This record gives sequence, C-alpha cells and structure tokens, in this order.
Amino acid sequence: MRKLLFESLIRPPLTEPPPAASDAAVDELARALDGAARMRLGRSLSIRAVDAGSCNGCELEMHALSNAFYDIERFGIRFVASPRHADVLLVTGPVTKNMREALKRTWDATPNPKWVVALGDCARNGGCFAGSYAVTGGVSEVLPVDLHIPGCPPPPVEILKGLLALLDGVNAGTGAGRG
Amino acid sequence: MSKRKMPALIDLIEAGRPVEHHAPWRRAMVAPKTWNLAVEQLAEGRWSMLGLWGEPEIVHMALLDAADIGVISLKCPGGRYPSVGQLHPPALRLERTAADLFGLSPQGLPDTRRWLDHGQWGISYPLAAGASAARSQAPTTASAYRFLPAEGDGLHQIPVGPVHAGIIEPGHFRFTASGETVVRLEERLGYVHKGIEGLMAGSPVERAARLAGRTSGDSTVAYSLAFARAVEAALGVEAPPRAVWLRALMAELERLANHLGDIGAICNDAAFALMHAHCGVLRERVLRAGDAAFGHRLMRDRIVPGGVASDLGEAGMAAVLSAITEIRQRFPYLVELYDNTASLQDRTVATGRLKPELARQYAAGGYVGRASGRDFDARRSPGYPPYDELAFDVPVLQEGDVNARVWIRIREVEQSLSLVEQILERLPDGPISVGIPEPPREGMALDGMALVEGFRGDILAWLRIGAGGLVERCHLRDPSWFQWPLLEAAIEGNIVADFPLCNKSFNCSYSGHDL
Repeated sequence: MRKLLFESLIRPPLTEPPPAASDAAVDELARALDGAARMRLGRSLSIRAVDAGSCNGCELEMHALSNAFYDIERFGIRFVASPRHADVLLVTGPVTKNMREALKRTWDATPNPKWVVALGDCARNGGCFAGSYAVTGGVSEVLPVDLHIPGCPPPPVEILKGLLALLDGVNAGTGAGRG
Repeated sequence: MSKRKMPALIDLIEAGRPVEHHAPWRRAMVAPKTWNLAVEQLAEGRWSMLGLWGEPEIVHMALLDAADIGVISLKCPGGRYPSVGQLHPPALRLERTAADLFGLSPQGLPDTRRWLDHGQWGISYPLAAGASAARSQAPTTASAYRFLPAEGDGLHQIPVGPVHAGIIEPGHFRFTASGETVVRLEERLGYVHKGIEGLMAGSPVERAARLAGRTSGDSTVAYSLAFARAVEAALGVEAPPRAVWLRALMAELERLANHLGDIGAICNDAAFALMHAHCGVLRERVLRAGDAAFGHRLMRDRIVPGGVASDLGEAGMAAVLSAITEIRQRFPYLVELYDNTASLQDRTVATGRLKPELARQYAAGGYVGRASGRDFDARRSPGYPPYDELAFDVPVLQEGDVNARVWIRIREVEQSLSLVEQILERLPDGPISVGIPEPPREGMALDGMALVEGFRGDILAWLRIGAGGLVERCHLRDPSWFQWPLLEAAIEGNIVADFPLCNKSFNCSYSGHDL
C-alpha cells in the first residue's frame, strides 16, 4: 500500500479541467428559475439520486462523476444519503408506476428550496419505454422539473455541465452563468 | 419411459410434439405428465432450470441437462398448470411473474403473492390475451404485501428501500434481526418494472433490439448480443466473422469495466476507499476505450441483429490496446493490495457464505455460482463463436464467501485482458453486418433462442418472429433471477452492517430482473 500511496504523490493528477456549463441547460434554467432562488446555495449542491425505473445506465455514469477524472466534489457538488440533506433530486428513469409513490415521498422529504433534475432520455418523456402500461412517461408527470440533461445515458461530462449550469443559474438567478 | 430410467432431456423433447422452426435448440409441446417428469428431474437436482416464462395460456420452461438445452411448453387450459416452484423453489418468482403478467395460475404454488404487480398499473394481467385493459382492478395498497413472518424474543425489523442511501437501483429489503444478526432477509422487487416484454410484443426487430439493450444498463452489450443471436437463430442468418469478433471484443470490455468497478465498490463497502479510487480509474479507462473504439462509453446499440453497427478503426484499436496495457501494468498492484490488507480481508473472508448446494440448485450463474463451486460459463458450454477459437480459463472456487466472489472477479479480469489481446491480434477483415432476410410468410412463426455470458452470468433470450418480421413475443431472463434468492440465504447469520458488502459482492440487477 505504501508504494501505491507514494506513487500517487509523484504522479500528476488525472483530474481534468472543468467543462463550461452547458448553454442549453443555462437557457432552460433561465426560464425555470426566478430571482428568489438567488444565492441560496453558496456554490454548493447536495444531490439525492433517485432511480425511478432507469436501466441503471445513468447510475453508472453518475458513479463515474466521483472518479479521479471528474472529481465532482471539487465543485462543491456531492451526493447525499438522505433527501433531508438534499437541494436537488437527480431523477432517472421513465418513472415506473411502481416507483411513483416512492418518488413523491422522496420529494416531500426534501426541504425547500429544492430543484429537480431529470437525467437521461427516458426521464424526459419515457424515452423508449413511453406508452407502456407500467410507466408514467417521464419525471415531469410526477414532479416539477427544473432541468433536463439528455443522453442515453448522458456521459459524465454532460451531467457535470448540466449541474454546473444549475449551480450558476441558481446563484445568478437569471441563469446567466459562465455558459 | 420409466421414471427409474432417469430420462434424458432429449427423451422428453422427443416424447412431446416438436415445434417447427425453433433454433438452435429444440422445443416441444408436452403433456402435463411429461411436464411433471421434468419438474421431478429438477427437484432431484439432475437438471437445471434456465428459465420459465409465460404466454397467454401457455407456459414455457428452458432446461439444461449436462450440456444439452431444450425447451418444453405446456398448454394451460384456463391458465392452470402444475406448479414447478412447489417442488423446485428457483421457479417460485418466475411463476409469480408469469401469473402477474399473463394471469397463469400455477396449481400448488406455495407462494401466491403478487411479485412484479404492486397494484399500481391500473390493469391486471397486462400481457394476457384479449382486451386486457378492460380487466381493470381496484388498486391495492403497497402495505397489503404480506412479508414472511419471523418470530421470537427480541427480534426487530428493519425496512430498507425502495429508495436506497447510495446511487443504487430501487428495491425493498425487509430485515428481521436479533441484535446485530440477521435472522431473515426478504426481498421485495418489481419497482423498476417498465413492461419491456409488453413493449416488445408487436415491435419491429430494430425497436425490440433497442429495448433489449436497455434491460440492464451495465449489461447492455450482453443483452444486445443475446437478443441479436436469438434473432439470427430464428431467421437462420449468421453475423459475418468480423462482426462476431467485434462483438466478443465489446463483451470482454464490458466484463472488464464491470468487474473493475465491482472490485473497487466491494472494497469501498468495507470502508477501503483507496481500492475504489484506483479501480475507478481503470474502469474509466475501459469506458473511454469503448467510446474511442465504438462511439459510446457503454457501447450501447453497437451490437445489432445481423452484425455490429460500428467498425473498429486504427484509432479505436490503439485506444483499446493502451487501456489494456495500463490495466496489465497497474492491476497486479491492486491485487497485491487486496491480498495484503488484513483489515479488508477481515471483512470479506467468511462473510456472506453461499453454500455450493444452493448455487447448484438455483443454477446460479456468473461469479455467484463460480465462487460456490458451480463450474458453468455460457461462453464455454453451450458456447458460441468466437470463444471456441480463443483460449481462456473459467475460474472456480468453493468457499462461496465475499472474498471468493472478489477473487473470481480478479481472475476474470485477467482472463478478459488476455481475451481482448487475442481478439485484437486475430481480428478478421470483412463486412460487419448482413441484411436481415425477408419477414416470414403470413401465418408462419420462427422461434430463436440464445444463451450469452454477461459479466453477471448467463442471459437467456427467447423470441418469436411472426408475420411482417415483427417480434411476437420476447422473453429475456437476467442471471439475477437465480441470484437474488440466494442473497437472502447468504446473509443469514451475518450482521446487518455486512449487508452492503454481501449485496455488492452479488451485485444483482434490479432492472434486468424487474423488466
């Protein structure tokens, strides 16, 4: 273990420069957010991930955000274990009917102010699962959605761009972030 | 045929009415007596069950007898048929599922609670024939589910989920504990049921292939491969050699990425974050190589019926080679780290032990089975190309604890590295896909089937292509069906705090199971 730790001291870091906040997301947020949300978060964001029926692909890329390349915590963004600690619900999946109630309860357990980010193509409108007897057809069928991050699944860098846009957007109120 | 003679699977198939156009293995419509004979073979441990699925008024069962595979189908007048689960418990949840979806009613089934149907769909038996939507039901509440009892002094219950603390799929775990020790764990799944089989019915092959690739995100390559091979078996086409080898390359990259992620995550659940960080870097290298080589980090939708959707160029090949070289270089240090960290071994050794008898009874695939003595790998038997031309070992251990499941993964990482190198060295040239032939004539149906080794274990795909080339029915059986119940057994007698560790060492799929 000593050798590994020592090597880590002399090897250059793997962490990559931060991406610019997504333009599309900034525009979307400018519409979604008002001045009341301004400066609420102080450049820190606590995220509660809720899988509402995803195939698990989005979760894999969410996990990747914590690896050495993306190191999401350097932006003050972290995943928390309870909705009680969360500012943002990051919801994946087409929202199955079997998860609808659990998703609503998670939202109810999250203190205000709170935001909802729908992650992935099926979270937007059900994606390829739309029309099934078992899905509601997207997060916005159940909760008010502030931001969509498209992709199947969105690569980590796209998730990061979206979340940075949310941070900037929330803090600037107008959504005029670094986009 | 006398029962004493111990029938072979082939005898049973021949005793029934063989179904035309079922490839590559045979299927027969059988009489209830033959069905019961098969159930007897399962119960006595001579055969293994590979799957059980429904259709309106029909139930199918895929069986494995040594290296022989076959499917028997039984007509169910009024939905009734003799339950398999009453004698062979691995069938229980599959039968409950067929009951939920098709309204089949297994006679003698000891557990008749609904499984995937939580009373939220607004309809009952969504895949049954006729106007199913008309059979609306009064929604039952979630609390109506009766968990199995555990009684005794000082026992307490811990309900967990469906929303878990980490970034994990949803499911409910009901623990009954005596102090710290788990007395009983009962799983309740079905939360991510999306109705994939319902969406596939009547879909063109291309759309069904996309759905298959979204059954379980971590196994998107394996599912696409299983689906494509089943379609090709049904239609009698073969993917060109280059496509076959590229498919294997993707499958091994997927296995590498998942095993590397799992090894790190298991150690992380024992609070050993260093391993997690290093394995995370290697996993990311594999995903990036997949992106460079095939244009998608998880290589989703890259395997299609008839071949593959994107070819491997020079740059992609270089990216894969460079990832493999880095893992070859760094992974041995991580293995040494795992092996030499006593505090970590203290958590993994002898924890969550799964008995070999149970692994055998449930025909548990993947590292769960192989860590408990079940020497099975679909790449080797029944086998499929190009693995017959590649050299690889299938690691098997007997201990069945978390440690053994880690070691199986470590050995499989080494095997996959070698497989990727062999594939890159011998990758044939040529076209990467063939056209899908004309759809079958009106009134004709073609059945196809495939068994593919995903990182988690063997995935079974069964489908029927009917008029117009549409998928009439498709069933995908995730390896988790035969692993989830074993987690309940493996956790018994362990402390509650070791559950995450045990759970991660199984790493069952929720989405693949719930469909």
